Amino acid sequence: MNWSWLPEFAPQLLQGLGVTLLVFSVSVCAGFVIAVPLALAQIRGTWLIAKLAGGFCSTLRGTPLLMQLFLFYYGIGSLFASAPAIREGLPWLVRLDAIWYVLLAFSLNFAAHEAEVLRAALLGVPRGEIEAAESYGLSPLQVLRHVWLPSAILRVYPVLANDVIAQLKTTPLIFTVPVVDVMAVVNRVMQDRLLVYEPLIFIGVIYLILSFLILRFFALVGRRGPQRWLA
Amino acid sequence: MLSWLSSVLQGYEWLLLRGLWQTLLISVLAYLIGLAIGFCLALANGTGVRSIHSAIRTYSYLFRALPELILIMLLYYASGDLFGWVFRLFGFGQAQLNGTSAAIIVLAIVSAAFACEIFSAAIKAVPIGMVEDAISLGMGPMLRLRRIIFPIMLPLALPGLANLWLMVVRGSSLVSVVGVMELALAAEQGAGATKAYFAFYLAGMALYLAVALFTLQLFYKAEKYLRRGQLAI
Repeated sequence: MNWSWLPEFAPQLLQGLGVTLLVFSVSVCAGFVIAVPLALAQIRGTWLIAKLAGGFCSTLRGTPLLMQLFLFYYGIGSLFASAPAIREGLPWLVRLDAIWYVLLAFSLNFAAHEAEVLRAALLGVPRGEIEAAESYGLSPLQVLRHVWLPSAILRVYPVLANDVIAQLKTTPLIFTVPVVDVMAVVNRVMQDRLLVYEPLIFIGVIYLILSFLILRFFALVGRRGPQRWLA
Repeated sequence: MLSWLSSVLQGYEWLLLRGLWQTLLISVLAYLIGLAIGFCLALANGTGVRSIHSAIRTYSYLFRALPELILIMLLYYASGDLFGWVFRLFGFGQAQLNGTSAAIIVLAIVSAAFACEIFSAAIKAVPIGMVEDAISLGMGPMLRLRRIIFPIMLPLALPGLANLWLMVVRGSSLVSVVGVMELALAAEQGAGATKAYFAFYLAGMALYLAVALFTLQLFYKAEKYLRRGQLAI
Protein backbone atom coordinates (compact mmCIF):
# COMPACT_ATOMS: atom_id res chain seq x y z
CA MET A 1 0.00 0.00 0.00
CA ASN A 2 1.43 3.32 -1.09
CA TRP A 3 -0.09 6.40 0.52
CA SER A 4 2.74 8.85 -0.13
CA TRP A 5 0.56 10.83 -2.57
CA LEU A 6 -1.93 11.77 0.10
CA PRO A 7 -0.20 14.82 1.69
CA GLU A 8 0.75 16.24 -1.69
CA PHE A 9 -2.76 15.98 -3.12
CA ALA A 10 -4.56 16.91 0.11
CA PRO A 11 -5.36 20.54 -0.89
CA GLN A 12 -6.69 19.43 -4.28
CA LEU A 13 -8.69 16.64 -2.69
CA LEU A 14 -10.27 19.09 -0.25
CA GLN A 15 -11.11 21.48 -3.07
CA GLY A 16 -12.59 18.63 -5.08
CA LEU A 17 -14.61 17.53 -2.09
CA GLY A 18 -15.98 21.07 -1.89
CA VAL A 19 -17.13 20.88 -5.52
CA THR A 20 -18.71 17.46 -4.92
CA LEU A 21 -20.58 18.71 -1.86
CA LEU A 22 -21.66 21.86 -3.74
CA VAL A 23 -23.15 19.86 -6.60
CA PHE A 24 -24.76 17.46 -4.14
CA SER A 25 -26.40 20.08 -1.93
CA VAL A 26 -27.47 22.40 -4.75
CA SER A 27 -28.96 19.55 -6.76
CA VAL A 28 -30.86 18.17 -3.76
CA CYS A 29 -32.32 21.57 -2.84
CA ALA A 30 -33.03 22.76 -6.39
CA GLY A 31 -34.26 19.32 -7.43
CA PHE A 32 -36.74 19.22 -4.58
CA VAL A 33 -38.04 22.70 -5.41
CA ILE A 34 -38.51 21.68 -9.07
CA ALA A 35 -40.09 18.37 -8.04
CA VAL A 36 -43.08 19.99 -6.30
CA PRO A 37 -44.55 21.67 -9.40
CA LEU A 38 -43.65 18.58 -11.47
CA ALA A 39 -45.62 16.37 -9.09
CA LEU A 40 -48.54 18.81 -8.88
CA ALA A 41 -48.65 19.08 -12.67
CA GLN A 42 -49.12 15.32 -12.87
CA ILE A 43 -51.90 15.34 -10.27
CA ARG A 44 -53.83 18.53 -10.93
CA GLY A 45 -52.68 19.56 -14.40
CA THR A 46 -54.76 19.32 -17.55
CA TRP A 47 -54.30 16.17 -19.64
CA LEU A 48 -51.53 17.66 -21.78
CA ILE A 49 -49.59 19.19 -18.88
CA ALA A 50 -49.87 15.99 -16.85
CA LYS A 51 -48.62 13.92 -19.80
CA LEU A 52 -45.73 16.31 -20.46
CA ALA A 53 -44.63 16.30 -16.82
CA GLY A 54 -44.97 12.51 -16.64
CA GLY A 55 -43.01 12.05 -19.86
CA PHE A 56 -40.28 14.37 -18.63
CA CYS A 57 -39.97 12.38 -15.41
CA SER A 58 -39.90 8.94 -17.01
CA THR A 59 -37.38 10.09 -19.63
CA LEU A 60 -34.97 11.30 -16.96
CA ARG A 61 -35.65 8.28 -14.76
CA GLY A 62 -35.28 5.75 -17.56
CA THR A 63 -31.97 6.94 -18.99
CA PRO A 64 -28.51 6.96 -17.41
CA LEU A 65 -27.41 10.17 -15.71
CA LEU A 66 -24.12 9.84 -17.60
CA MET A 67 -25.95 10.29 -20.91
CA GLN A 68 -27.96 13.22 -19.55
CA LEU A 69 -24.78 14.89 -18.35
CA PHE A 70 -23.19 14.46 -21.78
CA LEU A 71 -26.35 15.66 -23.52
CA PHE A 72 -26.43 18.81 -21.43
CA TYR A 73 -22.74 19.61 -21.42
CA TYR A 74 -21.52 18.50 -24.86
CA GLY A 75 -24.88 18.47 -26.66
CA ILE A 76 -26.48 21.72 -25.57
CA GLY A 77 -23.09 23.38 -25.24
CA SER A 78 -22.30 22.56 -28.88
CA LEU A 79 -25.78 23.70 -29.99
CA PHE A 80 -25.16 27.08 -28.37
CA ALA A 81 -21.78 27.39 -30.02
CA SER A 82 -23.12 26.43 -33.46
CA ALA A 83 -26.00 28.93 -33.44
CA PRO A 84 -24.63 32.31 -34.64
CA ALA A 85 -27.45 34.22 -32.97
CA ILE A 86 -26.46 32.85 -29.56
CA ARG A 87 -22.74 32.99 -30.24
CA GLU A 88 -22.84 36.70 -31.04
CA GLY A 89 -25.88 37.79 -29.03
CA LEU A 90 -25.25 35.93 -25.79
CA PRO A 91 -21.54 35.08 -25.73
CA TRP A 92 -21.61 34.45 -21.96
CA LEU A 93 -24.02 31.57 -22.57
CA VAL A 94 -21.50 29.85 -24.85
CA ARG A 95 -18.67 30.39 -22.39
CA LEU A 96 -20.73 29.12 -19.45
CA ASP A 97 -18.62 27.06 -17.04
CA ALA A 98 -19.07 23.30 -17.10
CA ILE A 99 -20.23 23.38 -13.49
CA TRP A 100 -23.51 25.06 -14.52
CA TYR A 101 -24.35 22.21 -16.87
CA VAL A 102 -23.49 19.74 -14.13
CA LEU A 103 -25.76 21.53 -11.67
CA LEU A 104 -28.57 21.62 -14.22
CA ALA A 105 -28.26 17.92 -15.12
CA PHE A 106 -28.04 16.73 -11.51
CA SER A 107 -30.88 18.98 -10.34
CA LEU A 108 -33.25 17.91 -13.10
CA ASN A 109 -32.39 14.25 -12.57
CA PHE A 110 -33.06 14.46 -8.84
CA ALA A 111 -36.24 16.45 -9.52
CA ALA A 112 -37.55 13.72 -11.83
CA HIS A 113 -36.94 11.03 -9.20
CA GLU A 114 -38.46 13.08 -6.38
CA ALA A 115 -41.48 14.16 -8.44
CA GLU A 116 -42.39 10.49 -8.73
CA VAL A 117 -42.07 9.99 -4.97
CA LEU A 118 -43.94 13.19 -4.18
CA ARG A 119 -46.71 12.39 -6.65
CA ALA A 120 -47.47 9.15 -4.86
CA ALA A 121 -47.13 10.84 -1.46
CA LEU A 122 -49.42 13.74 -2.36
CA LEU A 123 -52.03 11.31 -3.64
CA GLY A 124 -51.74 9.36 -0.39
CA VAL A 125 -52.80 12.27 1.82
CA PRO A 126 -56.41 11.63 2.92
CA ARG A 127 -58.95 13.86 1.19
CA GLY A 128 -60.42 14.83 4.57
CA GLU A 129 -57.21 16.54 5.64
CA ILE A 130 -57.20 18.77 2.58
CA GLU A 131 -60.94 19.42 2.75
CA ALA A 132 -60.62 20.40 6.41
CA ALA A 133 -57.89 22.89 5.52
CA GLU A 134 -59.99 24.27 2.67
CA SER A 135 -63.02 24.66 4.89
CA TYR A 136 -60.93 26.80 7.24
CA GLY A 137 -60.67 29.22 4.34
CA LEU A 138 -57.02 28.58 3.43
CA SER A 139 -56.11 29.51 -0.12
CA PRO A 140 -54.92 26.67 -2.40
CA LEU A 141 -51.32 27.81 -1.92
CA GLN A 142 -51.72 27.87 1.86
CA VAL A 143 -53.27 24.41 1.80
CA LEU A 144 -50.27 23.16 -0.14
CA ARG A 145 -47.74 24.97 2.04
CA HIS A 146 -49.19 24.17 5.47
CA VAL A 147 -51.15 20.94 5.09
CA TRP A 148 -50.82 18.97 1.87
CA LEU A 149 -47.06 19.07 1.31
CA PRO A 150 -45.99 18.61 4.98
CA SER A 151 -48.36 15.71 5.38
CA ALA A 152 -47.08 14.13 2.16
CA ILE A 153 -43.42 14.61 3.09
CA LEU A 154 -43.95 13.04 6.51
CA ARG A 155 -45.38 9.97 4.82
CA VAL A 156 -42.37 9.39 2.58
CA TYR A 157 -39.65 10.62 4.93
CA PRO A 158 -37.60 7.37 4.87
CA VAL A 159 -37.83 7.22 1.07
CA LEU A 160 -36.54 10.79 0.86
CA ALA A 161 -33.56 9.90 3.04
CA ASN A 162 -32.79 6.97 0.74
CA ASP A 163 -33.08 9.11 -2.38
CA VAL A 164 -30.79 11.79 -0.99
CA ILE A 165 -28.15 9.12 -0.34
CA ALA A 166 -28.73 7.74 -3.84
CA GLN A 167 -28.11 11.25 -5.15
CA LEU A 168 -24.83 11.41 -3.23
CA LYS A 169 -23.82 8.12 -4.84
CA THR A 170 -24.24 9.59 -8.33
CA THR A 171 -21.86 12.52 -7.71
CA PRO A 172 -18.61 10.74 -8.76
CA LEU A 173 -20.03 11.02 -12.30
CA ILE A 174 -19.15 14.73 -12.27
CA PHE A 175 -15.58 13.82 -13.24
CA THR A 176 -16.68 12.67 -16.71
CA VAL A 177 -17.03 16.34 -17.74
CA PRO A 178 -14.28 18.94 -17.18
CA VAL A 179 -15.21 19.78 -13.59
CA VAL A 180 -12.66 18.92 -10.92
CA ASP A 181 -14.53 17.13 -8.15
CA VAL A 182 -12.94 14.77 -5.65
CA MET A 183 -13.28 11.84 -8.07
CA ALA A 184 -11.39 13.80 -10.74
CA VAL A 185 -8.50 14.38 -8.31
CA VAL A 186 -8.49 10.68 -7.43
CA ASN A 187 -8.44 9.86 -11.12
CA ARG A 188 -5.48 12.19 -11.58
CA VAL A 189 -3.63 10.43 -8.75
CA MET A 190 -4.33 7.07 -10.40
CA GLN A 191 -2.82 8.28 -13.67
CA ASP A 192 0.08 10.27 -12.20
CA ARG A 193 1.25 7.66 -9.72
CA LEU A 194 0.12 4.53 -11.60
CA LEU A 195 -1.85 3.47 -8.55
CA VAL A 196 -5.23 1.75 -8.70
CA TYR A 197 -6.43 0.48 -5.36
CA GLU A 198 -5.25 3.08 -2.84
CA PRO A 199 -6.97 6.13 -4.41
CA LEU A 200 -10.16 4.18 -5.07
CA ILE A 201 -10.25 2.81 -1.52
CA PHE A 202 -9.61 6.33 -0.24
CA ILE A 203 -12.56 7.81 -2.12
CA GLY A 204 -14.74 4.84 -1.18
CA VAL A 205 -14.11 5.57 2.49
CA ILE A 206 -14.90 9.25 1.93
CA TYR A 207 -18.23 8.35 0.37
CA LEU A 208 -19.00 5.87 3.17
CA ILE A 209 -18.39 8.62 5.75
CA LEU A 210 -20.53 11.10 3.82
CA SER A 211 -23.46 8.73 3.45
CA PHE A 212 -23.19 7.81 7.13
CA LEU A 213 -23.34 11.52 8.08
CA ILE A 214 -26.40 12.07 5.87
CA LEU A 215 -28.09 9.05 7.41
CA ARG A 216 -27.37 10.43 10.91
CA PHE A 217 -28.72 13.81 9.87
CA PHE A 218 -31.99 12.32 8.64
CA ALA A 219 -32.27 10.14 11.75
CA LEU A 220 -31.72 13.19 13.95
CA VAL A 221 -34.31 15.30 12.12
CA GLY A 222 -36.66 12.32 12.08
CA ARG A 223 -36.39 11.88 15.85
CA ARG A 224 -36.93 15.55 16.60
CA GLY A 225 -39.98 15.33 14.37
CA PRO A 226 -39.70 16.82 10.90
CA GLN A 227 -43.14 18.37 11.37
CA ARG A 228 -41.52 21.07 13.51
CA TRP A 229 -39.71 22.39 10.43
CA LEU A 230 -42.46 21.68 7.99
CA ALA A 231 -45.72 23.04 9.35
CA MET B 1 -37.54 9.39 -41.53
CA LEU B 2 -34.85 6.74 -41.87
CA SER B 3 -32.86 8.69 -44.43
CA TRP B 4 -33.12 11.79 -42.27
CA LEU B 5 -31.87 9.78 -39.32
CA SER B 6 -28.89 8.44 -41.22
CA SER B 7 -28.07 11.91 -42.51
CA VAL B 8 -27.96 13.15 -38.93
CA LEU B 9 -25.99 10.17 -37.62
CA GLN B 10 -23.75 10.18 -40.73
CA GLY B 11 -23.40 6.44 -41.10
CA TYR B 12 -22.66 5.84 -37.43
CA GLU B 13 -26.08 4.33 -36.65
CA TRP B 14 -24.55 0.82 -36.80
CA LEU B 15 -22.11 1.87 -34.11
CA LEU B 16 -25.05 2.85 -31.92
CA LEU B 17 -26.91 -0.39 -32.61
CA ARG B 18 -23.80 -2.46 -31.84
CA GLY B 19 -23.50 -0.47 -28.64
CA LEU B 20 -27.13 -1.21 -27.83
CA TRP B 21 -26.52 -4.92 -28.39
CA GLN B 22 -23.51 -4.82 -26.05
CA THR B 23 -25.52 -2.93 -23.43
CA LEU B 24 -28.32 -5.51 -23.60
CA LEU B 25 -25.84 -8.40 -23.45
CA ILE B 26 -23.99 -6.94 -20.44
CA SER B 27 -27.19 -5.97 -18.63
CA VAL B 28 -29.09 -9.23 -19.15
CA LEU B 29 -26.20 -11.49 -18.17
CA ALA B 30 -25.20 -9.32 -15.20
CA TYR B 31 -28.82 -9.17 -14.06
CA LEU B 32 -29.39 -12.93 -14.28
CA ILE B 33 -26.12 -13.78 -12.53
CA GLY B 34 -26.84 -11.10 -9.94
CA LEU B 35 -30.31 -12.54 -9.30
CA ALA B 36 -28.91 -16.05 -8.90
CA ILE B 37 -26.22 -14.92 -6.44
CA GLY B 38 -28.67 -12.67 -4.63
CA PHE B 39 -31.20 -15.46 -4.25
CA CYS B 40 -28.60 -17.85 -2.84
CA LEU B 41 -27.47 -15.13 -0.42
CA ALA B 42 -31.07 -14.51 0.64
CA LEU B 43 -31.56 -18.24 1.31
CA ALA B 44 -28.27 -18.38 3.24
CA ASN B 45 -29.40 -15.30 5.13
CA GLY B 46 -32.56 -17.13 6.13
CA THR B 47 -30.73 -20.09 7.69
CA GLY B 48 -30.12 -18.04 10.82
CA VAL B 49 -26.42 -18.88 11.20
CA ARG B 50 -24.95 -15.84 12.94
CA SER B 51 -21.63 -15.55 11.06
CA ILE B 52 -23.21 -16.02 7.61
CA HIS B 53 -25.84 -13.45 8.48
CA SER B 54 -23.35 -10.77 9.52
CA ALA B 55 -21.08 -11.46 6.54
CA ILE B 56 -23.98 -11.04 4.12
CA ARG B 57 -25.13 -7.91 5.92
CA THR B 58 -21.70 -6.33 5.61
CA TYR B 59 -21.52 -7.22 1.92
CA SER B 60 -24.95 -5.87 1.10
CA TYR B 61 -24.43 -2.72 3.19
CA LEU B 62 -21.08 -1.92 1.59
CA PHE B 63 -22.24 -2.55 -1.94
CA ARG B 64 -25.38 -0.51 -1.52
CA ALA B 65 -23.64 2.39 0.25
CA LEU B 66 -20.70 2.84 -2.13
CA PRO B 67 -21.15 4.75 -5.39
CA GLU B 68 -21.50 2.33 -8.31
CA LEU B 69 -18.90 4.13 -10.38
CA ILE B 70 -16.23 3.62 -7.72
CA LEU B 71 -17.23 -0.03 -7.22
CA ILE B 72 -17.14 -0.63 -10.95
CA MET B 73 -13.68 0.89 -11.32
CA LEU B 74 -12.38 -0.96 -8.26
CA LEU B 75 -13.85 -4.34 -9.25
CA TYR B 76 -12.92 -3.88 -12.88
CA TYR B 77 -9.22 -3.53 -12.09
CA ALA B 78 -9.38 -6.07 -9.27
CA SER B 79 -11.07 -8.76 -11.40
CA GLY B 80 -8.50 -8.21 -14.13
CA ASP B 81 -5.63 -8.59 -11.66
CA LEU B 82 -7.21 -11.59 -9.96
CA PHE B 83 -7.86 -13.30 -13.28
CA GLY B 84 -4.29 -12.73 -14.44
CA TRP B 85 -2.95 -13.98 -11.11
CA VAL B 86 -5.02 -17.18 -11.22
CA PHE B 87 -3.89 -17.82 -14.78
CA ARG B 88 -0.23 -17.36 -13.87
CA LEU B 89 -0.75 -19.61 -10.86
CA PHE B 90 -1.86 -22.47 -13.10
CA GLY B 91 0.90 -21.75 -15.57
CA PHE B 92 -1.17 -20.46 -18.48
CA GLY B 93 1.09 -17.46 -18.90
CA GLN B 94 -0.20 -13.95 -19.39
CA ALA B 95 -3.94 -13.62 -19.73
CA GLN B 96 -6.32 -10.70 -19.65
CA LEU B 97 -9.99 -10.74 -18.83
CA ASN B 98 -11.80 -9.07 -21.70
CA GLY B 99 -13.65 -5.85 -20.93
CA THR B 100 -17.16 -7.10 -21.56
CA SER B 101 -16.83 -10.13 -19.27
CA ALA B 102 -15.26 -8.00 -16.56
CA ALA B 103 -18.16 -5.55 -16.85
CA ILE B 104 -20.67 -8.41 -16.54
CA ILE B 105 -18.95 -9.79 -13.44
CA VAL B 106 -18.73 -6.36 -11.84
CA LEU B 107 -22.36 -5.43 -12.46
CA ALA B 108 -23.47 -8.88 -11.30
CA ILE B 109 -21.64 -8.53 -7.98
CA VAL B 110 -23.14 -5.09 -7.40
CA SER B 111 -26.68 -6.09 -8.36
CA ALA B 112 -26.49 -9.25 -6.23
CA ALA B 113 -26.36 -7.05 -3.11
CA PHE B 114 -29.60 -5.36 -4.10
CA ALA B 115 -31.22 -8.63 -5.22
CA CYS B 116 -30.34 -10.19 -1.86
CA GLU B 117 -32.25 -7.43 -0.04
CA ILE B 118 -35.26 -7.73 -2.33
CA PHE B 119 -35.43 -11.53 -2.03
CA SER B 120 -34.86 -11.46 1.74
CA ALA B 121 -37.77 -9.05 2.22
CA ALA B 122 -40.03 -11.08 -0.08
CA ILE B 123 -39.17 -14.39 1.58
CA LYS B 124 -39.90 -12.86 4.98
CA ALA B 125 -43.33 -11.89 3.66
CA VAL B 126 -44.28 -15.53 3.02
CA PRO B 127 -46.68 -16.47 5.83
CA ILE B 128 -44.80 -18.76 8.22
CA GLY B 129 -47.92 -20.88 8.66
CA MET B 130 -47.81 -21.97 5.03
CA VAL B 131 -44.21 -23.10 5.38
CA GLU B 132 -45.09 -25.00 8.56
CA ASP B 133 -48.04 -26.62 6.78
CA ALA B 134 -45.70 -27.72 4.03
CA ILE B 135 -43.25 -29.18 6.55
CA SER B 136 -46.03 -31.05 8.34
CA LEU B 137 -47.13 -32.52 5.01
CA GLY B 138 -43.63 -33.91 4.67
CA MET B 139 -42.34 -31.66 1.92
CA GLY B 140 -38.56 -31.49 1.61
CA PRO B 141 -36.74 -28.17 1.44
CA MET B 142 -36.44 -28.12 -2.36
CA LEU B 143 -40.07 -29.02 -2.94
CA ARG B 144 -41.08 -26.41 -0.38
CA LEU B 145 -39.01 -23.82 -2.20
CA ARG B 146 -40.54 -24.70 -5.56
CA ARG B 147 -44.16 -25.17 -4.57
CA ILE B 148 -44.67 -22.78 -1.63
CA ILE B 149 -42.04 -20.10 -1.26
CA PHE B 150 -41.45 -19.28 -4.93
CA PRO B 151 -45.05 -18.80 -6.05
CA ILE B 152 -45.87 -16.58 -3.06
CA MET B 153 -42.62 -14.66 -3.00
CA LEU B 154 -42.15 -13.90 -6.69
CA PRO B 155 -45.04 -11.48 -7.25
CA LEU B 156 -44.01 -9.63 -4.09
CA ALA B 157 -40.40 -9.35 -5.27
CA LEU B 158 -41.23 -8.40 -8.85
CA PRO B 159 -41.64 -4.60 -8.52
CA GLY B 160 -38.29 -4.42 -6.72
CA LEU B 161 -36.73 -6.68 -9.35
CA ALA B 162 -38.06 -4.43 -12.13
CA ASN B 163 -36.45 -1.44 -10.43
CA LEU B 164 -33.21 -3.37 -10.10
CA TRP B 165 -33.29 -4.23 -13.80
CA LEU B 166 -33.60 -0.55 -14.70
CA MET B 167 -30.77 0.17 -12.30
CA VAL B 168 -28.57 -2.43 -14.00
CA VAL B 169 -29.32 -1.01 -17.47
CA ARG B 170 -28.52 2.50 -16.30
CA GLY B 171 -25.51 1.25 -14.36
CA SER B 172 -24.16 -0.52 -17.44
CA SER B 173 -23.47 2.93 -18.91
CA LEU B 174 -20.85 3.41 -16.19
CA VAL B 175 -18.55 0.72 -17.60
CA SER B 176 -17.90 3.10 -20.50
CA VAL B 177 -15.70 5.00 -18.03
CA VAL B 178 -13.23 2.09 -17.95
CA GLY B 179 -13.43 1.80 -21.74
CA VAL B 180 -15.81 -1.13 -22.23
CA MET B 181 -17.70 -0.79 -25.49
CA GLU B 182 -21.44 -0.30 -25.00
CA LEU B 183 -24.15 2.19 -25.87
CA ALA B 184 -22.84 5.16 -23.87
CA LEU B 185 -19.35 4.79 -25.29
CA ALA B 186 -20.75 4.24 -28.80
CA ALA B 187 -22.70 7.50 -28.52
CA GLU B 188 -19.58 9.22 -27.23
CA GLN B 189 -17.46 7.93 -30.10
CA GLY B 190 -20.07 8.75 -32.71
CA ALA B 191 -20.46 12.23 -31.27
CA GLY B 192 -16.72 12.76 -31.22
CA ALA B 193 -16.25 11.56 -34.80
CA THR B 194 -19.09 13.56 -36.37
CA LYS B 195 -19.22 16.55 -33.98
CA ALA B 196 -23.00 16.04 -33.90
CA TYR B 197 -22.95 15.85 -30.12
CA PHE B 198 -26.57 16.69 -29.51
CA ALA B 199 -27.94 14.20 -32.05
CA PHE B 200 -25.81 11.30 -30.80
CA TYR B 201 -26.47 11.77 -27.11
CA LEU B 202 -30.17 12.24 -27.82
CA ALA B 203 -30.21 9.08 -29.93
CA GLY B 204 -28.37 7.16 -27.20
CA MET B 205 -30.84 8.38 -24.60
CA ALA B 206 -33.77 7.42 -26.83
CA LEU B 207 -32.41 3.87 -27.14
CA TYR B 208 -31.97 3.57 -23.36
CA LEU B 209 -35.49 4.88 -22.85
CA ALA B 210 -36.91 2.46 -25.42
CA VAL B 211 -35.24 -0.46 -23.63
CA ALA B 212 -36.57 0.74 -20.27
CA LEU B 213 -40.15 1.24 -21.45
CA PHE B 214 -40.27 -2.04 -23.36
CA THR B 215 -38.87 -4.15 -20.54
CA LEU B 216 -41.14 -2.47 -17.98
CA GLN B 217 -44.07 -3.72 -20.05
CA LEU B 218 -42.62 -7.24 -19.85
CA PHE B 219 -42.31 -6.97 -16.07
CA TYR B 220 -45.86 -5.67 -15.86
CA LYS B 221 -47.11 -8.65 -17.90
CA ALA B 222 -45.07 -11.06 -15.78
CA GLU B 223 -46.54 -9.68 -12.59
CA LYS B 224 -50.05 -9.99 -13.97
CA TYR B 225 -49.33 -13.60 -14.94
CA LEU B 226 -47.80 -14.46 -11.56
CA ARG B 227 -50.71 -12.86 -9.75
CA ARG B 228 -53.30 -14.84 -11.71
CA GLY B 229 -55.90 -16.28 -9.38
CA GLN B 230 -55.02 -13.85 -6.61
CA LEU B 231 -57.34 -11.16 -5.38
CA ALA B 232 -56.65 -7.72 -6.80
CA ILE B 233 -55.14 -5.29 -4.34
